[in-house]
Amino acid sequence: MKISISKIIIFSFLIFFLLVFWQGLKKDNSYDTKSLIGSRISNFQLIDINNNGKYISEENLKKNKFTIINFFASWCAPCRSEHKYLLSLSNKKIKLIGINFKDKKINANNFLKELGNPYKFVGKDTDGKISILFGIYGIPESILIDNNLTVIKKIIGPIDQIQYDEILKLIQ
Amino acid sequence: MKIKKFLFIIYVLIITPVNSSDSQTILLEVYKNLRCLVCQGQSIADSNSDFAVTVKLVVQDQISAGKTKDEIYNFLISKYGEWIVYQPTFSKNNLPLWILPYLIFIVGGWIIFMIIRKSKHSKVN
Repeated sequence: MKISISKIIIFSFLIFFLLVFWQGLKKDNSYDTKSLIGSRISNFQLIDINNNGKYISEENLKKNKFTIINFFASWCAPCRSEHKYLLSLSNKKIKLIGINFKDKKINANNFLKELGNPYKFVGKDTDGKISILFGIYGIPESILIDNNLTVIKKIIGPIDQIQYDEILKLIQ
Repeated sequence: MKIKKFLFIIYVLIITPVNSSDSQTILLEVYKNLRCLVCQGQSIADSNSDFAVTVKLVVQDQISAGKTKDEIYNFLISKYGEWIVYQPTFSKNNLPLWILPYLIFIVGGWIIFMIIRKSKHSKVN
């Protein structure tokens, strides 16, 4: 029986496409930022929420062994649920920087007065552009960085007990 | 004469908006190639979500600052990973995605050519 080359090629392509589709169906397509762990954050300057002339940049964060940059807003309900963990982390060997996302100054200050202020510095991100510099796509989100400004962990959504324990393990 | 007038009007209608809004065209092109990460299968051009609106602002700033499309894509890839762009970058991992369509085109053409040649031969015989 003679098998033509074109039939072999067509059959090979068919097998190849079936394998590609099968792999595609098996793959988890939900977005995560795991691939960004190990990348460095750079070129940013945060202005204090109360416009009192204070600001911080990458040089300030290099002084801390570990820093958590947390994006929050007074209108964000999950931010309330993670706040107790942030307060607890502020008592450990870690500096917390808060970035107030698309919020009113008065509401942000009331939020921190009501729940407590875990942050060493609170910056403002009125139009959300700073959040893009940090690769944020929804709040709350937190980034754990070391003194080289390398991302060690990204927490998408509110910090819970499991993530709190993981952070403590990472900074030890 | 009427045909000339008609063609002239068509030319004005088609060409003028394109020339007058070059930066708008670039913006739209960039928006369409950026995936809205919080939406289901939408580009940021099609979305009014908070995330899409913010990315649009950043893209507008970068275009105003004279950044090229590739520079903008590279900046966003560095922040969100390659998932943010619809068009895959030309890299070792993405090589099959770029080469395969051409390969299929060549092989497909060759198969069609062989089939036609074969059918011509069988008709002659």
